[in-house]
Amino acid sequence: MTQTLELKDKMEGLLRTNRLPHVWCSGCGIGIVLNSFLRALIASETDENKVAVSCGIGCTARISGYMNIDGFHMTHGRALAFATGLKLANPALKTVAIGGDGDMIAIGGNHFIHAARRNIDMLVICVNNFNYGMTGGQAAPTTTKESCGTTAPYGSFENPFNLPFIADACGAVYVARWTAFHVRQLQLSIQEALKKKGFSFIEIFSQCTELFLRKNKYGAGLDEMKFFKQNSVIKNGADTREAEFNSRNDKIVVGKFVDRERPDFKESMDGYFGKVLKDKFIRYEGPLQTKI
Amino acid sequence: MKADTKGVLTGLHFMDGDHSCCEGLLAAGCRFIGGYPITPSTEVVERFAERIPKVGGVFIQMEDEIASSIVIQGAVWAGLKAATVTSGPGFSLMMEHIGLAAMTETPCVFVNVQRGGPSTGLPTLPAQSDMMQAKWGSHGDYEIIAVSPNSPQECFDFAILAFNYAEQYRVPVMLMMDECVGHMYERVKIPSADEIELVERRWATCAAGEYLTYKPDADLVPRMAKAGDGCRILVESLTHDERGYPVITPQAQKKLVSRLVNKIKNNAHKIYKYEEYKIEDAEVIVVSYGITSRVAFKAVELARQKGIKAGLLRLIVVWPFPEKKIEELAAKTKAFVTAEMNLGQIVLEVERCAHGKAKTLLAGHAGGTVHRPEEILEVIEKAISPNSSVGIWEL
Repeated sequence: MTQTLELKDKMEGLLRTNRLPHVWCSGCGIGIVLNSFLRALIASETDENKVAVSCGIGCTARISGYMNIDGFHMTHGRALAFATGLKLANPALKTVAIGGDGDMIAIGGNHFIHAARRNIDMLVICVNNFNYGMTGGQAAPTTTKESCGTTAPYGSFENPFNLPFIADACGAVYVARWTAFHVRQLQLSIQEALKKKGFSFIEIFSQCTELFLRKNKYGAGLDEMKFFKQNSVIKNGADTREAEFNSRNDKIVVGKFVDRERPDFKESMDGYFGKVLKDKFIRYEGPLQTKI
Repeated sequence: MKADTKGVLTGLHFMDGDHSCCEGLLAAGCRFIGGYPITPSTEVVERFAERIPKVGGVFIQMEDEIASSIVIQGAVWAGLKAATVTSGPGFSLMMEHIGLAAMTETPCVFVNVQRGGPSTGLPTLPAQSDMMQAKWGSHGDYEIIAVSPNSPQECFDFAILAFNYAEQYRVPVMLMMDECVGHMYERVKIPSADEIELVERRWATCAAGEYLTYKPDADLVPRMAKAGDGCRILVESLTHDERGYPVITPQAQKKLVSRLVNKIKNNAHKIYKYEEYKIEDAEVIVVSYGITSRVAFKAVELARQKGIKAGLLRLIVVWPFPEKKIEELAAKTKAFVTAEMNLGQIVLEVERCAHGKAKTLLAGHAGGTVHRPEEILEVIEKAISPNSSVGIWEL
């Protein structure tokens, strides 16, 4: 009981409670992600003063505004590029980018592949709800085949992205996928990824109750949680090519797929310049201390 | 605050405007550039990439100009001075993030080495045709500051000036060079670090728990804290209140956007910079800026030789536009000739501020090369001809 109360206090300390209620619809999965993220921050004993959360635009991107930590609500698609600047200018920060599938992999796709390629030390969390929620349920590069969106009124015929595969191919050091149903695994995965150095990526399938589910008559939020539960197969260490989720008939492959070591951007830069420039190289350590 | 000696290459140099600009950025304390290669600006970032590992800082070549123009804003909020460098097509891609910097009050510098447009246009040849874009390119109401150098020396000096304005007013500042100034070699004197006066970032001085991201000082500019200071800052691109919380109402919009505009407008008298030459008795005043102002100077000399009372108003700061100065001069002079390497941009401002009290003519040029002095002289002669009327735009 005391433990629960203590956790509640800590959680509330990490929320801007005067901003509640939040904008998300009842039954939406983004709140679960927020909850899991904050619990992971607490459990991993991460110094919350050193965490900076960068977001783009969309339902998920509103997440930084509810957390009582340094938060940046930037432009659509650009959370990772902004976070790259934060991290390189202050290597002591734990930089996190959180966003939806449209934000992060459609308009922000270029930044995603390059941040992974460069192995920028950041945790990237993508909440995939298979459509654009905030703008009213349009099709996304993640929309499953034959599922409808307002801009795909007869169903989508495009191939959706397999995000873990892209992250893996581009060089991410940590790749996992869970659903909003897998709250425990998700929290543990975030805890683990917070400790990783390098580009870490977690995709979370989530239910968009009012748009994707309603439009497609897939049921309510709870039905989708059941769908996630019944159709998921945990395959830790699976080849990310197996993580395809092209249609609602596919199995949802979840688990931790990639966990490897690779020097991050700063380590590569410092190591290389030290080698070629020798004593002429002045290693950049971080910004000067200010009064606060 | 004095410049950090590490970034100051004190001495006499023979260098072009692009290289000189890079040295100016370094002298100003810029320790982060996110850039993307584009002619004719690339030399600035090439030099920075070579210099910065020996100074201490970061250069990152981003995947595009969109990324370049926001990675620098991340660096600023982490506590660094940061800039990006580009030319026309890249500048177009950066527009959304110029608006972001204006909205989030992120001090940073955008260098635009202008080339002929529209679209891919003239990659290797000069123009001054992004002047209106610098002011109006992003959507919404906002104000920026734009500075226009006319020599390699000024590319150095104004890079520092640009950073000082950015920090003073927490606003994106455009350093509007052009291909000609960028690739022209001249003597550049870099002073010692203790001769370079820098405006320090307006850091918050309150306790971390009391800090509000957007609570302005009396001059309408808020103070900054950086990520990791424990201030729990909220930097918001939506219309927001002093805490940075989004507030989607007409009242919040009026309060915020008026302040963003007024912090520049109310302080404009401290920002304006121009040079006057033979203005006192001038019947025709040539208004010019950047490389064209050097040709305009020659044209004024030629006019004087012909007995025409011509003068030159050379704009150093183009935005905010020196409205009062033009109003004053319009009451005293007969005509303005705006000489610029475009088909009529800043002439619109001159026309607006002259209120019909003096004739306004354009000595325009489609770009690709600078004017010949005679081309400007011709318009000066036209301006004093009794047959010319207000608002002549002959191209």
